Amino acid sequence: MMPTFTRTLSFTAAWALGLAWIFPLLYAFWAAFHPSEYATRFDLLAPLTLEHFVTAWQQAPFMRYMFNTMMITGLILSFQLVLCTLAGYALARMPFKGRSLLFGLVLLQLMIVPEILIVENYRTLAKLELIDTWLGVGLPYMASAFGIFLLRQTFKTVPQELEDAARLEGCSWLGVLWKVYVPLAKPTYLAFGLVSVSHHWNNFLWPLVVTNTTNSRPLTVGMAIFGAPESGVDWPVICAGTLIAIGPLLIVFLIFQRRFLQSFMHAGLK
Amino acid sequence: MNRFNQLYAWLMLLPALVLLLAFTHIPALTTLWHSLFFPARGRNPSEFAGLENYRSMLDDAVFWQAFHNNLWYAIGTVPTSMALALAMALWVNSKISGRAALRLAYFTPTMLPMIAVANIWLFFYTPEIGLFNKILNSVGLTGINWLGDPNWALISLMLMTIWKESGFFMIFYLAALQSLNKDIYAAAAVENASPLYVFRRITLPLLMPTTLFVLVNAVLNAFKLVDHLFILTKGGPNNATNLLLYYIYENAFSFFDSNYAAALTLVLLILLILLAVVQFLLVERRIHYR
Repeated sequence: MMPTFTRTLSFTAAWALGLAWIFPLLYAFWAAFHPSEYATRFDLLAPLTLEHFVTAWQQAPFMRYMFNTMMITGLILSFQLVLCTLAGYALARMPFKGRSLLFGLVLLQLMIVPEILIVENYRTLAKLELIDTWLGVGLPYMASAFGIFLLRQTFKTVPQELEDAARLEGCSWLGVLWKVYVPLAKPTYLAFGLVSVSHHWNNFLWPLVVTNTTNSRPLTVGMAIFGAPESGVDWPVICAGTLIAIGPLLIVFLIFQRRFLQSFMHAGLK
Repeated sequence: MNRFNQLYAWLMLLPALVLLLAFTHIPALTTLWHSLFFPARGRNPSEFAGLENYRSMLDDAVFWQAFHNNLWYAIGTVPTSMALALAMALWVNSKISGRAALRLAYFTPTMLPMIAVANIWLFFYTPEIGLFNKILNSVGLTGINWLGDPNWALISLMLMTIWKESGFFMIFYLAALQSLNKDIYAAAAVENASPLYVFRRITLPLLMPTTLFVLVNAVLNAFKLVDHLFILTKGGPNNATNLLLYYIYENAFSFFDSNYAAALTLVLLILLILLAVVQFLLVERRIHYR
Protein backbone atom coordinates (compact mmCIF):
# COMPACT_ATOMS: atom_id res chain seq x y z
CA MET A 1 0.00 0.00 0.00
CA MET A 2 1.07 3.53 -0.73
CA PRO A 3 2.10 5.62 2.27
CA THR A 4 -0.67 8.00 3.39
CA PHE A 5 1.31 11.09 2.45
CA THR A 6 1.82 10.04 -1.17
CA ARG A 7 -1.82 9.04 -1.38
CA THR A 8 -3.04 12.41 -0.18
CA LEU A 9 -0.69 14.13 -2.59
CA SER A 10 -1.88 12.00 -5.48
CA PHE A 11 -5.52 12.56 -4.52
CA THR A 12 -5.03 16.34 -4.39
CA ALA A 13 -3.22 16.41 -7.73
CA ALA A 14 -5.92 14.31 -9.39
CA TRP A 15 -8.67 16.60 -8.20
CA ALA A 16 -6.78 19.81 -8.91
CA LEU A 17 -6.38 18.61 -12.47
CA GLY A 18 -10.01 17.55 -12.64
CA LEU A 19 -11.20 20.99 -11.50
CA ALA A 20 -8.88 22.72 -13.95
CA TRP A 21 -10.30 20.53 -16.73
CA ILE A 22 -13.96 21.21 -16.00
CA PHE A 23 -13.50 24.86 -15.02
CA PRO A 24 -13.62 26.53 -18.48
CA LEU A 25 -16.97 24.94 -19.26
CA LEU A 26 -18.42 25.90 -15.89
CA TYR A 27 -17.13 29.41 -16.39
CA ALA A 28 -18.87 29.62 -19.76
CA PHE A 29 -22.11 28.58 -18.05
CA TRP A 30 -21.61 31.21 -15.37
CA ALA A 31 -21.00 33.98 -17.90
CA ALA A 32 -23.89 32.95 -20.13
CA PHE A 33 -26.48 32.87 -17.35
CA HIS A 34 -25.54 36.10 -15.54
CA PRO A 35 -25.68 39.80 -16.55
CA SER A 36 -22.55 41.03 -18.35
CA GLU A 37 -21.18 42.91 -15.33
CA TYR A 38 -20.75 39.58 -13.50
CA ALA A 39 -18.61 38.06 -16.26
CA THR A 40 -15.48 38.66 -14.17
CA ARG A 41 -17.02 39.09 -10.75
CA PHE A 42 -18.08 36.16 -8.68
CA ASP A 43 -21.10 36.58 -6.51
CA LEU A 44 -23.26 33.65 -5.51
CA LEU A 45 -26.27 35.96 -5.31
CA ALA A 46 -25.83 37.37 -8.83
CA PRO A 47 -29.18 37.41 -10.60
CA LEU A 48 -29.78 34.80 -13.27
CA THR A 49 -30.78 35.91 -16.75
CA LEU A 50 -31.51 34.45 -20.15
CA GLU A 51 -30.92 37.71 -22.05
CA HIS A 52 -27.63 36.50 -23.57
CA PHE A 53 -29.35 33.45 -24.99
CA VAL A 54 -32.09 35.61 -26.49
CA THR A 55 -29.51 37.96 -28.06
CA ALA A 56 -27.43 35.08 -29.41
CA TRP A 57 -30.50 33.33 -30.81
CA GLN A 58 -31.53 36.50 -32.64
CA GLN A 59 -28.08 37.18 -34.09
CA ALA A 60 -27.45 33.86 -35.81
CA PRO A 61 -29.70 31.22 -37.45
CA PHE A 62 -28.85 28.49 -34.94
CA MET A 63 -31.84 26.35 -35.89
CA ARG A 64 -30.71 26.22 -39.49
CA TYR A 65 -27.10 25.46 -38.49
CA MET A 66 -28.25 22.70 -36.19
CA PHE A 67 -30.45 21.22 -38.89
CA ASN A 68 -27.50 21.26 -41.31
CA THR A 69 -25.21 19.62 -38.76
CA MET A 70 -27.76 16.91 -38.08
CA MET A 71 -28.27 16.21 -41.77
CA ILE A 72 -24.53 16.12 -42.45
CA THR A 73 -23.67 13.83 -39.53
CA GLY A 74 -26.67 11.62 -40.32
CA LEU A 75 -25.74 11.39 -43.98
CA ILE A 76 -22.11 10.55 -43.20
CA LEU A 77 -23.01 7.95 -40.58
CA SER A 78 -25.59 6.10 -42.68
CA PHE A 79 -23.25 5.85 -45.68
CA GLN A 80 -20.36 4.86 -43.43
CA LEU A 81 -22.34 2.04 -41.83
CA VAL A 82 -23.29 0.49 -45.19
CA LEU A 83 -19.99 1.01 -47.01
CA CYS A 84 -17.78 -0.05 -44.12
CA THR A 85 -19.88 -3.15 -43.40
CA LEU A 86 -19.59 -4.37 -47.00
CA ALA A 87 -15.90 -3.56 -47.28
CA GLY A 88 -15.07 -4.86 -43.79
CA TYR A 89 -16.77 -8.16 -44.50
CA ALA A 90 -15.07 -8.61 -47.87
CA LEU A 91 -11.68 -7.91 -46.29
CA ALA A 92 -12.33 -10.17 -43.30
CA ARG A 93 -13.93 -13.25 -44.82
CA MET A 94 -13.86 -13.32 -48.63
CA PRO A 95 -10.71 -14.75 -50.18
CA PHE A 96 -9.74 -12.90 -53.34
CA LYS A 97 -6.61 -11.84 -55.13
CA GLY A 98 -4.99 -8.62 -53.92
CA ARG A 99 -6.75 -8.59 -50.59
CA SER A 100 -3.77 -7.56 -48.48
CA LEU A 101 -2.80 -4.89 -50.99
CA LEU A 102 -6.29 -3.45 -50.81
CA PHE A 103 -6.25 -3.56 -47.04
CA GLY A 104 -2.98 -1.64 -47.12
CA LEU A 105 -4.56 1.00 -49.37
CA VAL A 106 -7.42 1.36 -46.88
CA LEU A 107 -5.06 1.73 -43.92
CA LEU A 108 -3.15 4.45 -45.75
CA GLN A 109 -6.14 6.74 -45.13
CA LEU A 110 -5.49 6.55 -41.39
CA MET A 111 -2.26 8.43 -42.09
CA ILE A 112 -3.24 10.60 -45.08
CA VAL A 113 -6.39 12.03 -43.55
CA PRO A 114 -8.85 13.96 -45.73
CA GLU A 115 -8.29 17.05 -43.57
CA ILE A 116 -4.89 17.59 -45.11
CA LEU A 117 -6.10 17.27 -48.69
CA ILE A 118 -8.54 20.21 -48.55
CA VAL A 119 -7.07 21.91 -51.62
CA GLU A 120 -7.47 18.96 -54.01
CA ASN A 121 -10.75 17.79 -52.53
CA TYR A 122 -12.17 21.27 -53.00
CA ARG A 123 -11.20 21.07 -56.69
CA THR A 124 -12.98 17.71 -57.00
CA LEU A 125 -16.10 18.98 -55.28
CA ALA A 126 -16.18 22.06 -57.49
CA LYS A 127 -16.04 19.82 -60.58
CA LEU A 128 -18.91 17.73 -59.20
CA GLU A 129 -20.82 20.98 -58.49
CA LEU A 130 -21.32 19.90 -54.91
CA ILE A 131 -19.95 23.02 -53.20
CA ASP A 132 -22.25 24.26 -50.45
CA THR A 133 -24.27 21.04 -50.14
CA TRP A 134 -24.63 18.51 -47.32
CA LEU A 135 -23.43 15.79 -49.64
CA GLY A 136 -20.32 17.83 -50.44
CA VAL A 137 -19.43 18.17 -46.76
CA GLY A 138 -19.97 14.45 -46.21
CA LEU A 139 -18.49 12.82 -49.29
CA PRO A 140 -14.78 12.67 -48.33
CA TYR A 141 -15.62 10.97 -45.02
CA MET A 142 -18.08 8.31 -46.17
CA ALA A 143 -15.55 5.56 -46.81
CA SER A 144 -13.92 5.64 -43.39
CA ALA A 145 -10.73 3.60 -43.13
CA PHE A 146 -11.21 3.58 -39.38
CA GLY A 147 -14.69 2.07 -39.76
CA ILE A 148 -13.57 -0.54 -42.27
CA PHE A 149 -10.67 -1.53 -40.04
CA LEU A 150 -12.83 -1.71 -36.92
CA LEU A 151 -15.49 -3.87 -38.56
CA ARG A 152 -12.96 -6.12 -40.25
CA GLN A 153 -11.35 -6.84 -36.87
CA THR A 154 -14.75 -7.57 -35.33
CA PHE A 155 -15.95 -9.79 -38.19
CA LYS A 156 -12.74 -11.81 -37.94
CA THR A 157 -13.67 -12.84 -34.38
CA VAL A 158 -17.00 -14.33 -35.47
CA PRO A 159 -16.69 -18.16 -35.47
CA GLN A 160 -16.55 -19.58 -39.00
CA GLU A 161 -18.95 -22.40 -37.94
CA LEU A 162 -21.78 -19.90 -37.55
CA GLU A 163 -21.33 -18.77 -41.12
CA ASP A 164 -21.08 -22.36 -42.40
CA ALA A 165 -24.28 -23.31 -40.57
CA ALA A 166 -26.15 -20.35 -42.03
CA ARG A 167 -24.78 -21.20 -45.47
CA LEU A 168 -26.07 -24.79 -45.15
CA GLU A 169 -29.52 -23.42 -44.54
CA GLY A 170 -29.29 -21.64 -47.86
CA CYS A 171 -28.26 -18.12 -46.87
CA SER A 172 -26.55 -16.00 -49.54
CA TRP A 173 -23.42 -13.93 -48.88
CA LEU A 174 -25.50 -10.91 -48.07
CA GLY A 175 -27.92 -13.01 -46.01
CA VAL A 176 -25.07 -14.35 -43.90
CA LEU A 177 -23.70 -10.86 -43.45
CA TRP A 178 -27.05 -9.45 -42.40
CA LYS A 179 -28.23 -12.33 -40.18
CA VAL A 180 -24.98 -13.51 -38.59
CA TYR A 181 -22.27 -10.84 -38.70
CA VAL A 182 -24.16 -7.58 -38.23
CA PRO A 183 -26.08 -8.67 -35.08
CA LEU A 184 -22.87 -10.00 -33.50
CA ALA A 185 -21.02 -6.75 -34.18
CA LYS A 186 -23.58 -4.50 -32.43
CA PRO A 187 -21.15 -3.16 -29.79
CA THR A 188 -18.71 -2.21 -32.53
CA TYR A 189 -21.43 -0.45 -34.51
CA LEU A 190 -22.43 1.51 -31.42
CA ALA A 191 -18.83 2.42 -30.66
CA PHE A 192 -18.09 3.48 -34.20
CA GLY A 193 -21.38 5.39 -34.45
CA LEU A 194 -20.74 7.45 -31.33
CA VAL A 195 -17.14 8.21 -32.30
CA SER A 196 -18.19 9.16 -35.82
CA VAL A 197 -21.07 11.39 -34.75
CA SER A 198 -19.01 13.26 -32.18
CA HIS A 199 -16.19 13.69 -34.69
CA HIS A 200 -18.36 15.08 -37.47
CA TRP A 201 -20.56 17.15 -35.18
CA ASN A 202 -17.36 18.94 -34.14
CA ASN A 203 -15.57 19.02 -37.49
CA PHE A 204 -14.68 22.49 -38.77
CA LEU A 205 -11.99 23.02 -41.40
CA TRP A 206 -13.45 21.04 -44.29
CA PRO A 207 -17.02 22.34 -43.75
CA LEU A 208 -15.58 25.86 -43.63
CA VAL A 209 -13.95 25.29 -47.02
CA VAL A 210 -16.94 23.77 -48.84
CA THR A 211 -19.85 25.76 -47.42
CA ASN A 212 -20.68 29.33 -48.42
CA THR A 213 -24.15 30.03 -47.13
CA THR A 214 -26.59 29.00 -44.44
CA ASN A 215 -27.87 26.39 -46.94
CA SER A 216 -25.31 23.90 -45.72
CA ARG A 217 -23.22 25.65 -43.06
CA PRO A 218 -22.93 23.49 -39.92
CA LEU A 219 -22.88 24.67 -36.29
CA THR A 220 -19.11 24.83 -35.96
CA VAL A 221 -18.72 27.16 -38.94
CA GLY A 222 -21.69 29.22 -37.79
CA MET A 223 -20.17 29.43 -34.34
CA ALA A 224 -16.85 30.63 -35.75
CA ILE A 225 -18.53 33.43 -37.73
CA PHE A 226 -20.62 34.36 -34.73
CA GLY A 227 -17.72 34.34 -32.27
CA ALA A 228 -15.05 35.95 -34.47
CA PRO A 229 -13.57 38.97 -32.65
CA GLU A 230 -14.33 41.25 -35.61
CA SER A 231 -18.05 40.56 -35.28
CA GLY A 232 -17.85 42.59 -32.06
CA VAL A 233 -20.23 40.47 -30.02
CA ASP A 234 -20.15 40.59 -26.23
CA TRP A 235 -18.30 37.68 -24.65
CA PRO A 236 -21.25 36.45 -22.51
CA VAL A 237 -23.34 36.39 -25.69
CA ILE A 238 -20.65 34.36 -27.42
CA CYS A 239 -20.73 31.96 -24.47
CA ALA A 240 -24.49 31.67 -24.75
CA GLY A 241 -24.24 31.00 -28.50
CA THR A 242 -21.50 28.46 -27.94
CA LEU A 243 -23.60 26.69 -25.33
CA ILE A 244 -26.58 26.60 -27.70
CA ALA A 245 -24.35 25.04 -30.32
CA ILE A 246 -22.70 22.42 -28.12
CA GLY A 247 -25.83 21.85 -26.03
CA PRO A 248 -27.46 18.93 -27.85
CA LEU A 249 -24.32 16.79 -28.10
CA LEU A 250 -23.23 17.71 -24.57
CA ILE A 251 -26.62 16.72 -23.10
CA VAL A 252 -26.65 13.40 -24.95
CA PHE A 253 -23.10 12.82 -23.79
CA LEU A 254 -23.91 13.58 -20.14
CA ILE A 255 -26.92 11.23 -20.15
CA PHE A 256 -25.11 8.37 -21.87
CA GLN A 257 -21.59 9.15 -20.67
CA ARG A 258 -20.90 5.56 -19.60
CA ARG A 259 -21.87 4.35 -23.08
CA PHE A 260 -19.75 7.05 -24.72
CA LEU A 261 -16.67 6.26 -22.66
CA GLN A 262 -17.05 2.53 -23.23
CA SER A 263 -17.49 3.13 -26.94
CA PHE A 264 -14.41 5.29 -27.23
CA MET A 265 -12.45 2.67 -25.28
CA HIS A 266 -13.84 -0.14 -27.43
CA ALA A 267 -12.85 1.74 -30.58
CA GLY A 268 -9.42 2.53 -29.17
CA LEU A 269 -8.58 -1.06 -28.21
CA LYS A 270 -8.70 -2.47 -31.72
CA MET B 1 -17.94 -20.66 -58.39
CA ASN B 2 -14.60 -19.34 -57.21
CA ARG B 3 -14.54 -16.74 -59.95
CA PHE B 4 -18.05 -15.73 -58.93
CA ASN B 5 -16.88 -15.24 -55.35
CA GLN B 6 -14.04 -13.04 -56.47
CA LEU B 7 -16.43 -10.86 -58.40
CA TYR B 8 -18.71 -10.70 -55.39
CA ALA B 9 -15.90 -9.59 -53.11
CA TRP B 10 -14.89 -6.82 -55.50
CA LEU B 11 -18.48 -5.65 -55.81
CA MET B 12 -18.78 -5.38 -52.04
CA LEU B 13 -15.58 -3.38 -51.83
CA LEU B 14 -16.32 -1.19 -54.81
CA PRO B 15 -18.34 1.67 -53.24
CA ALA B 16 -15.88 2.20 -50.40
CA LEU B 17 -12.94 1.81 -52.74
CA VAL B 18 -14.20 4.40 -55.22
CA LEU B 19 -14.67 6.99 -52.46
CA LEU B 20 -11.33 6.19 -50.84
CA LEU B 21 -9.52 6.55 -54.14
CA ALA B 22 -11.43 9.70 -55.08
CA PHE B 23 -10.81 11.57 -51.83
CA THR B 24 -7.56 10.16 -50.50
CA HIS B 25 -5.28 8.41 -52.96
CA ILE B 26 -5.95 10.30 -56.17
CA PRO B 27 -5.86 13.73 -54.48
CA ALA B 28 -2.54 12.81 -52.91
CA LEU B 29 -1.21 12.17 -56.41
CA THR B 30 -2.82 15.18 -58.09
CA THR B 31 -1.32 17.31 -55.31
CA LEU B 32 2.06 16.47 -56.79
CA TRP B 33 0.84 17.22 -60.33
CA HIS B 34 -0.77 20.56 -59.48
CA SER B 35 2.26 21.67 -57.50
CA LEU B 36 4.20 21.71 -60.78
CA PHE B 37 2.11 24.53 -62.27
CA PHE B 38 1.65 28.27 -61.86
CA PRO B 39 -1.86 29.38 -60.96
CA ALA B 40 -4.10 30.47 -63.83
CA ARG B 41 -4.35 34.26 -63.92
CA GLY B 42 -7.36 35.80 -65.62
CA ARG B 43 -7.89 34.11 -68.98
CA ASN B 44 -4.43 32.62 -69.24
CA PRO B 45 -4.39 28.90 -68.54
CA SER B 46 -1.98 27.75 -65.88
CA GLU B 47 1.57 27.40 -67.08
CA PHE B 48 3.97 24.57 -66.33
CA ALA B 49 6.27 25.70 -63.55
CA GLY B 50 8.51 22.72 -62.97
CA LEU B 51 9.93 22.95 -59.48
CA GLU B 52 9.46 26.71 -59.31
CA ASN B 53 6.86 26.47 -56.51
CA TYR B 54 9.31 24.47 -54.43
CA ARG B 55 12.08 26.94 -55.12
CA SER B 56 9.95 29.83 -53.88
CA MET B 57 9.04 27.74 -50.86
CA LEU B 58 12.74 27.60 -49.91
CA ASP B 59 12.83 31.42 -50.01
CA ASP B 60 9.48 31.81 -48.27
CA ALA B 61 10.17 33.03 -44.74
CA VAL B 62 6.56 32.45 -43.71
CA PHE B 63 6.74 28.80 -44.77
CA TRP B 64 9.85 28.25 -42.65
CA GLN B 65 8.24 30.04 -39.75
CA ALA B 66 5.09 27.88 -40.01
CA PHE B 67 7.30 24.80 -40.29
CA HIS B 68 9.25 25.70 -37.16
CA ASN B 69 6.11 26.71 -35.31
CA ASN B 70 4.52 23.38 -36.15
CA LEU B 71 7.52 21.41 -34.90
CA TRP B 72 7.58 23.40 -31.65
CA TYR B 73 3.84 23.06 -31.35
CA ALA B 74 4.15 19.27 -31.63
CA ILE B 75 7.08 19.15 -29.20
CA GLY B 76 5.22 21.42 -26.80
CA THR B 77 1.91 19.58 -26.83
CA VAL B 78 2.49 15.87 -27.55
CA PRO B 79 4.71 14.71 -24.63
CA THR B 80 2.88 16.83 -22.05
CA SER B 81 -0.60 15.74 -23.04
CA MET B 82 0.52 12.10 -23.23
CA ALA B 83 2.06 12.24 -19.76
CA LEU B 84 -1.06 13.90 -18.38
CA ALA B 85 -3.23 11.35 -20.18
CA LEU B 86 -1.31 8.50 -18.56
CA ALA B 87 -1.57 10.10 -15.11
CA MET B 88 -5.30 10.64 -15.59
CA ALA B 89 -5.81 7.05 -16.70
CA LEU B 90 -3.88 5.73 -13.68
CA TRP B 91 -5.93 7.88 -11.32
CA VAL B 92 -9.25 7.00 -12.86
CA ASN B 93 -8.29 3.32 -12.89
CA SER B 94 -7.33 3.35 -9.18
CA LYS B 95 -9.63 3.36 -6.16
CA ILE B 96 -9.60 7.14 -5.82
CA SER B 97 -12.76 8.69 -4.35
CA GLY B 98 -15.13 10.26 -6.86
CA ARG B 99 -13.45 8.63 -9.81
CA ALA B 100 -16.59 8.68 -11.98
CA ALA B 101 -16.77 12.46 -11.59
CA LEU B 102 -13.04 12.77 -12.28
CA ARG B 103 -13.33 10.68 -15.41
CA LEU B 104 -16.16 12.88 -16.63
CA ALA B 105 -14.17 16.06 -15.89
CA TYR B 106 -11.12 14.79 -17.77
CA PHE B 107 -13.08 13.58 -20.76
CA THR B 108 -15.54 16.46 -21.27
CA PRO B 109 -13.15 18.73 -23.26
CA THR B 110 -12.91 15.92 -25.84
CA MET B 111 -16.60 16.20 -26.59
CA LEU B 112 -16.45 19.95 -27.28
CA PRO B 113 -15.65 21.28 -30.74
CA MET B 114 -12.30 23.09 -30.96
CA ILE B 115 -14.18 26.20 -32.15
CA ALA B 116 -16.31 26.27 -29.00
CA VAL B 117 -13.24 25.78 -26.84
CA ALA B 118 -11.45 28.62 -28.62
CA ASN B 119 -14.48 30.90 -28.18
CA ILE B 120 -14.40 30.27 -24.45
CA TRP B 121 -10.63 30.47 -24.01
CA LEU B 122 -10.42 33.67 -26.06
CA PHE B 123 -11.85 35.47 -23.08
CA PHE B 124 -9.40 33.89 -20.65
CA TYR B 125 -6.59 35.29 -22.76
CA THR B 126 -8.01 38.82 -23.20
CA PRO B 127 -5.35 41.36 -22.03
CA GLU B 128 -7.20 43.73 -19.68
CA ILE B 129 -10.24 41.89 -18.42
CA GLY B 130 -9.24 38.29 -19.17
CA LEU B 131 -9.31 35.73 -16.42
CA PHE B 132 -5.65 34.69 -16.58
CA ASN B 133 -4.38 38.25 -16.22
CA LYS B 134 -6.81 38.92 -13.37
CA ILE B 135 -5.30 35.95 -11.57
CA LEU B 136 -1.76 37.16 -12.30
CA ASN B 137 -2.64 40.68 -11.12
CA SER B 138 -4.19 39.37 -7.93
CA VAL B 139 -0.87 37.80 -6.91
CA GLY B 140 0.98 40.99 -7.84
CA LEU B 141 2.34 39.98 -11.26
CA THR B 142 1.92 42.06 -14.38
CA GLY B 143 -0.41 40.60 -16.97
CA ILE B 144 0.75 38.95 -20.18
CA ASN B 145 -0.53 39.79 -23.62
CA TRP B 146 -1.22 36.10 -24.20
CA LEU B 147 -2.29 36.15 -27.82
CA GLY B 148 -0.78 39.47 -28.89
CA ASP B 149 2.80 38.92 -27.80
CA PRO B 150 4.75 36.86 -30.38
CA ASN B 151 6.72 35.22 -27.56
CA TRP B 152 3.60 34.01 -25.80
CA ALA B 153 1.03 33.40 -28.54
CA LEU B 154 2.19 29.92 -29.53
CA ILE B 155 2.55 28.90 -25.89
CA SER B 156 -1.01 30.06 -25.25
CA LEU B 157 -2.23 27.87 -28.09
CA MET B 158 -0.26 24.93 -26.68
CA LEU B 159 -1.80 25.33 -23.23
CA MET B 160 -5.29 25.18 -24.67
CA THR B 161 -4.46 22.23 -26.91
CA ILE B 162 -3.06 20.23 -24.00
CA TRP B 163 -6.25 20.90 -22.08
CA LYS B 164 -8.36 19.80 -25.03
CA GLU B 165 -6.46 16.65 -25.99
CA SER B 166 -5.29 14.96 -22.78
CA GLY B 167 -8.68 13.51 -21.90
CA PHE B 168 -8.99 11.97 -25.34
CA PHE B 169 -5.63 10.18 -25.02
CA MET B 170 -6.56 9.12 -21.48
CA ILE B 171 -9.27 6.91 -22.98
CA PHE B 172 -6.74 4.79 -24.85
CA TYR B 173 -4.55 4.34 -21.78
CA LEU B 174 -7.58 3.55 -19.67
CA ALA B 175 -8.76 0.88 -22.12
CA ALA B 176 -5.28 -0.66 -22.11
CA LEU B 177 -4.97 -0.55 -18.31
CA GLN B 178 -8.28 -2.33 -17.88
CA SER B 179 -7.24 -5.13 -20.20
CA LEU B 180 -3.90 -5.80 -18.43
CA ASN B 181 -3.43 -9.20 -16.84
CA LYS B 182 -4.06 -9.02 -13.07
CA ASP B 183 -1.84 -12.03 -12.23
CA ILE B 184 1.37 -10.19 -12.90
CA TYR B 185 0.35 -7.52 -10.36
CA ALA B 186 -0.49 -10.20 -7.80
CA ALA B 187 2.99 -11.65 -8.36
CA ALA B 188 4.55 -8.22 -7.90
CA ALA B 189 2.60 -7.79 -4.64
CA VAL B 190 3.93 -11.12 -3.38
CA GLU B 191 7.46 -9.93 -4.15
CA ASN B 192 6.69 -6.72 -2.21
CA ALA B 193 7.63 -4.51 -5.15
CA SER B 194 7.24 -0.76 -4.60
CA PRO B 195 4.50 1.04 -6.56
CA LEU B 196 7.10 3.01 -8.50
CA TYR B 197 8.95 -0.19 -9.40
CA VAL B 198 5.73 -1.85 -10.54
CA PHE B 199 4.91 1.16 -12.66
CA ARG B 200 8.35 1.38 -14.28
CA ARG B 201 8.95 -2.33 -14.75
CA ILE B 202 5.47 -3.69 -15.44
CA THR B 203 2.84 -1.10 -16.31
CA LEU B 204 4.91 1.14 -18.55
CA PRO B 205 6.40 -1.63 -20.73
CA LEU B 206 3.02 -3.33 -21.08
CA LEU B 207 1.53 -0.02 -22.20
CA MET B 208 4.16 0.43 -24.91
CA PRO B 209 1.89 -0.53 -27.84
CA THR B 210 -0.72 1.95 -26.59
CA THR B 211 1.95 4.59 -26.27
CA LEU B 212 2.93 4.04 -29.89
CA PHE B 213 -0.67 4.31 -30.98
CA VAL B 214 -1.30 7.47 -28.96
CA LEU B 215 1.98 8.99 -30.12
CA VAL B 216 1.13 8.54 -33.79
CA ASN B 217 -2.32 10.03 -33.24
CA ALA B 218 -1.05 12.91 -31.14
CA VAL B 219 1.58 13.91 -33.69
CA LEU B 220 -0.96 13.62 -36.49
CA ASN B 221 -3.31 15.87 -34.52
CA ALA B 222 -0.57 18.44 -33.96
CA PHE B 223 -0.37 18.81 -37.75
CA LYS B 224 -3.99 18.44 -38.79
CA LEU B 225 -5.85 20.38 -36.10
CA VAL B 226 -5.76 24.12 -36.76
CA ASP B 227 -9.39 25.07 -36.04
CA HIS B 228 -8.50 27.21 -33.03
CA LEU B 229 -6.26 29.48 -35.11
CA PHE B 230 -9.30 30.78 -36.94
CA ILE B 231 -10.68 32.16 -33.67
CA LEU B 232 -7.69 32.93 -31.50
CA THR B 233 -4.88 34.33 -33.63
CA LYS B 234 -5.42 33.83 -37.38
CA GLY B 235 -1.79 32.75 -37.46
CA GLY B 236 -0.60 36.07 -36.02
CA PRO B 237 0.84 38.16 -34.54
CA ASN B 238 3.16 38.43 -37.53
CA ASN B 239 2.88 34.68 -38.24
CA ALA B 240 4.11 33.76 -34.76
CA THR B 241 1.40 31.09 -34.54
CA ASN B 242 1.03 30.13 -38.19
CA LEU B 243 0.95 26.35 -38.64
CA LEU B 244 1.44 24.40 -41.88
CA LEU B 245 -2.16 23.40 -42.52
CA TYR B 246 -3.37 26.92 -41.73
CA TYR B 247 -0.79 28.33 -44.14
CA ILE B 248 -2.04 25.87 -46.77
CA TYR B 249 -5.58 27.13 -46.17
CA GLU B 250 -4.44 30.76 -46.43
CA ASN B 251 -2.66 30.15 -49.71
CA ALA B 252 -5.50 28.23 -51.29
CA PHE B 253 -8.50 30.19 -50.07
CA SER B 254 -7.24 33.68 -49.14
CA PHE B 255 -4.36 34.24 -51.60
CA PHE B 256 -5.95 32.02 -54.29
CA ASP B 257 -2.71 30.26 -55.16
CA SER B 258 -3.85 26.66 -55.03
CA ASN B 259 -0.72 25.49 -56.84
CA TYR B 260 1.60 26.79 -54.16
CA ALA B 261 -0.84 25.35 -51.62
CA ALA B 262 -0.49 22.00 -53.38
CA ALA B 263 3.29 22.17 -53.06
CA LEU B 264 2.90 22.92 -49.35
CA THR B 265 0.43 20.04 -48.97
CA LEU B 266 2.93 17.64 -50.49
CA VAL B 267 5.57 18.74 -47.99
CA LEU B 268 3.12 18.18 -45.14
CA LEU B 269 2.19 14.73 -46.49
CA ILE B 270 5.81 13.63 -46.78
CA LEU B 271 6.54 15.02 -43.32
CA LEU B 272 3.69 13.03 -41.78
CA ILE B 273 4.64 9.79 -43.50
CA LEU B 274 8.28 10.19 -42.43
CA LEU B 275 7.26 10.92 -38.84
CA ALA B 276 5.04 7.84 -38.78
CA VAL B 277 7.83 5.60 -40.07
CA VAL B 278 10.39 6.99 -37.61
CA GLN B 279 8.06 6.67 -34.64
CA PHE B 280 7.10 3.18 -35.60
CA LEU B 281 10.71 2.03 -35.92
CA LEU B 282 11.74 3.66 -32.65
CA VAL B 283 8.96 2.30 -30.52
CA GLU B 284 8.94 -1.10 -32.24
CA ARG B 285 12.57 -1.57 -31.25
CA ARG B 286 11.86 -0.75 -27.62
CA ILE B 287 8.97 -3.19 -27.48
CA HIS B 288 11.14 -6.01 -28.76
CA TYR B 289 13.97 -5.37 -26.32
CA ARG B 290 11.70 -5.82 -23.32
